Amino acid sequence: MRYERPETLMDATALLAEASENAFVLAGGTDLLVRMQSDDFKADLVVDIKSIAGMGEVTETEDAFVIGAAVPCAALGEHEALTAAWPGVVEAANLIGSTQVQGRCTVSGNLCNASPAADSVPALVAANAKVRIAGPGGTREAAVLDIPTGPGKTSLAKGEIIESVILPKPTARSGDAYLRFTPRTEMDIAVVGAGVSLSLDDDGVVKSARVALGAVGPKVMLVEDGARALVGTRLEDAALNALAAACSAGSNPIDDKRGTVEFRKQVAGVLARRAAQTAYTRAGEK
Amino acid sequence: MSFDAAYKKQAFKSVGTRPLRPDGVDKVTGRARYGADFNMPGQLVARVLRSPHAHARIKRIDTARAEAVRGVKAIITAADLPDLTNGDAALFAILDNCMARTKARYDGHAVAAVAAIDEKAAKEALGLIEVDYEVLPHVVDVDAAMQPDAPILDETVFTTGVEPAPKAPSNVANRSEFGHGDIEAGFAQADIIVERSFKTEQAHQGYIEPHACVASCNPDGTADLWVCTQGHFVYRQNCADLLGLEVSKLRVTSSEIGGGFGGKTHVWAEPVALALSRKAGRPVKLVMSREEVFRASGPTSATSIDVKIGARKDGKITAASATLRYTNGPYGDMWAELGAMTSFACYDLENVKTVGFEVLVNRPKVSAYRAPSAPMAAFAVESAIDELAQEIGMDAVELRIQNAASEGTRSSYGPVYGPIGIGPTLEAAKAHPHMSAPLGRNQGRGMACGFWFNFGGQTCTDLNINSDGTVTLAVGTVDVGGSRASLSLIAAEELGIDYQDIKAVIADTATLGYNDMTDGSRGTFSSSMATISAARNAIEVMRKRAALTWDIPLEDVQWKDGHAHAAGTKYGNLAPLSVKDIAAKSGNTGGPIAGHSELVADGAGVSFATHICDVEVDPETGSTRVVRYTVIQDAGKAVHPSYVEGQYQGGAAQGIGWALNEEYVYGDDGRLQNPGFLDYRIPVCSDLPMIDTQILEIPNPNHPYGVRGVGETSIVPPLAAIANAVSNAVGVRMAHIPMSPPRILSALNRKTGS
Repeated sequence: MRYERPETLMDATALLAEASENAFVLAGGTDLLVRMQSDDFKADLVVDIKSIAGMGEVTETEDAFVIGAAVPCAALGEHEALTAAWPGVVEAANLIGSTQVQGRCTVSGNLCNASPAADSVPALVAANAKVRIAGPGGTREAAVLDIPTGPGKTSLAKGEIIESVILPKPTARSGDAYLRFTPRTEMDIAVVGAGVSLSLDDDGVVKSARVALGAVGPKVMLVEDGARALVGTRLEDAALNALAAACSAGSNPIDDKRGTVEFRKQVAGVLARRAAQTAYTRAGEK
Repeated sequence: MSFDAAYKKQAFKSVGTRPLRPDGVDKVTGRARYGADFNMPGQLVARVLRSPHAHARIKRIDTARAEAVRGVKAIITAADLPDLTNGDAALFAILDNCMARTKARYDGHAVAAVAAIDEKAAKEALGLIEVDYEVLPHVVDVDAAMQPDAPILDETVFTTGVEPAPKAPSNVANRSEFGHGDIEAGFAQADIIVERSFKTEQAHQGYIEPHACVASCNPDGTADLWVCTQGHFVYRQNCADLLGLEVSKLRVTSSEIGGGFGGKTHVWAEPVALALSRKAGRPVKLVMSREEVFRASGPTSATSIDVKIGARKDGKITAASATLRYTNGPYGDMWAELGAMTSFACYDLENVKTVGFEVLVNRPKVSAYRAPSAPMAAFAVESAIDELAQEIGMDAVELRIQNAASEGTRSSYGPVYGPIGIGPTLEAAKAHPHMSAPLGRNQGRGMACGFWFNFGGQTCTDLNINSDGTVTLAVGTVDVGGSRASLSLIAAEELGIDYQDIKAVIADTATLGYNDMTDGSRGTFSSSMATISAARNAIEVMRKRAALTWDIPLEDVQWKDGHAHAAGTKYGNLAPLSVKDIAAKSGNTGGPIAGHSELVADGAGVSFATHICDVEVDPETGSTRVVRYTVIQDAGKAVHPSYVEGQYQGGAAQGIGWALNEEYVYGDDGRLQNPGFLDYRIPVCSDLPMIDTQILEIPNPNHPYGVRGVGETSIVPPLAAIANAVSNAVGVRMAHIPMSPPRILSALNRKTGS
């Protein structure tokens, strides 16, 4: 196995473009290093991106927060402006693994690992986050929603890596929240995850909303019916029930060791409702 | 000299105090050597090839390509572990489990093993071993395995314990029955009868340290084994029997142990490592991965249990019966039998009958797990008792107090009890503030009782008094839960010296006589008895040395408060001689001073506990949080109360995990879906409340200090206590363990009809 620690994005993408299928990007390593312990895992090349300038930084621009691909999730929680702007995204990132894991793991890695149960991804999708992608042919932007295509699979082309995650600055009177269900209190993986982001008008009526679910399908899903159920309401019971029903109906889970179809569909609705209430409260406080 | 083990009431100076454990510093600084911390020059790395099939005939194994891998020094299959078991079915089961012979009987069953110079070569060789399997139909569910059309695991198994003997093979290895009286007559007297079926899923002991050993076979026929085990003498016997070694030529040294809970009481990897070392001519280190630990070592039984209890309106139980079906893995054992024995042991019953069925399934060989088989039986019985109390309209504690066994009760499994603690633990529960504390929204309270036999067994101990007056205590029971601290307290008490002046070590198999393993809650019970005996023998030696020093008759030397005293004034008030004084002169008074003991520690004294538990259930997700937990248990005498409390809390913690989340999940293909701590969910710290404990001390008449074993009983009540609490919180009787969120939510949906 070859280990490379390039100092430029160009070198990193060039290495990956020329590599065999068994090439991996290393940022926090909290997924990769665990997989490397497995007898079935083979790596020919590991490209560590932590030495590339800017990868370890959160940059605040006029209209966005740009989170470098190697920023550990714990650092997001220490970024006051980001935490104030997107508390749901930050709390999702800080549910991953344990305190120790959060010191290493990254939201870009969480996204590229493409687990349907990734905690930060539904929150990012609800926040309408984008990613900047560097590749042999230059850079491009894409919606977070469009990166995972199925369990362990992404839409990234050979040689492409995520450079940063871009969170737009939220509009006034908006809020987000993420909740997940795990049987344990920590050190666990979402059986269901729900991210909700919404913004209010001056009268406290929901102006716009995005609802995303994790672990209830092969990839993160945006539940547009759920969002529609919230828009134009003050989250009255009927709206919340409609949201829950839309999320349950929109879920497409499987029976597995972590939960049943019946359980996941029902809890998707419950968590979306609870997350919406938290997001609504946060929006009203701004 | 003969040893009198009878209890004598006395005031203690050391016993009952809480000094720091002697092994603590090494453990918190990382210096303690666990199984995988031993290394030998030139040692090889071993890896085991495991069956991916739940049930398959092994038609052919070709190791030629694997042997050609550079760095591979030995590959073994069952052919390298010839059957020397001579008709001993229990030993054959261990052998076949270590290395599959004709059939792979579960997903993860070992079929071959490699020793190579490094991990990479071993791993490459594993991938090149060709095994030709004929996949057979499999069965993993206990009830399905008992159906007439179930795939048969072993054509040679005909159910024993039934008359007439069956003519066809089946997956039921044995039927056992216990009880007395006439249950039909008893049920006829009942005003209310509760009848219900229960299921529990398979749980693993979940010890944090995986199995690990280093084996070294020498050309002269001797061998050494360093291993993480609960009983190195038992491992020595198992390995010697399976490999055809003389017991005296195999020296086994136990490492520190990162948890066992019964799962390290018989061998898995050790005979394989020894066989590899024998073939390679070099030391071999074998460390199981967590996945291997789950797939191929020690789970407890999955069960299916029917309970029927009848009572009069006044609360008197008139009859009780239970049918218990326990998975055994692929080999018949006595797990259901233990469940059948323990089911109703807490109660004084005129009419009782329990029947146990040992059921073979394509799952790993069941091994002991802390009070093995009792928690599942208690779950079923104590749930039914709770339901009975509700039906009668009686307080659950009162109903249990009214029917509790006491001294003189004939137990449901046969023996008549001596002084026991079930009544006192129930009275303590009734008086405990926990019992009357207010409950919040979505909360429920449950309680349950538990019983365990406890065990004594063979024990051998040496106590050496060094020339500076310090003491080295060599014991042969592995210290799993702090017994070096407890035994040092015992020696300090007997000798009348300071705890700090005693150093307890676990001796290897070459330096002490045989000791049974640390199981059956026997470590402190039996080794403390042996330590008392050894200390008293050493005191006899010291009395003689004092007599010699003073030149007075032995009978005029008395031992008191850690000193030899010359009797009376007739010797002119000689200053007493301390242990240090006598030890300092030992070179001139007859040489080293030591006390030895070998005994069978009889009369372990049965153990009882009552637990109280509050839970809060999220009615929308089925998520359960244990908000308060209290353990009340009889310790006989708590030698080191902190470690007694630790045992109480540890059993409760494991029970909470088992009750709420832990289970083996098998796919339709018979493969284990969750062989890791991510999806086999033992509780983490934040899942548990502070577990309160109350130690009762009802002296065991068969131990000089009244000590009873305390290690196991604490895991018996939790499944039932939590199930009763959850059932009371949600208003639905939960009869399937674990009560995972999907099971609770599904039960709630059925209740509301949604």
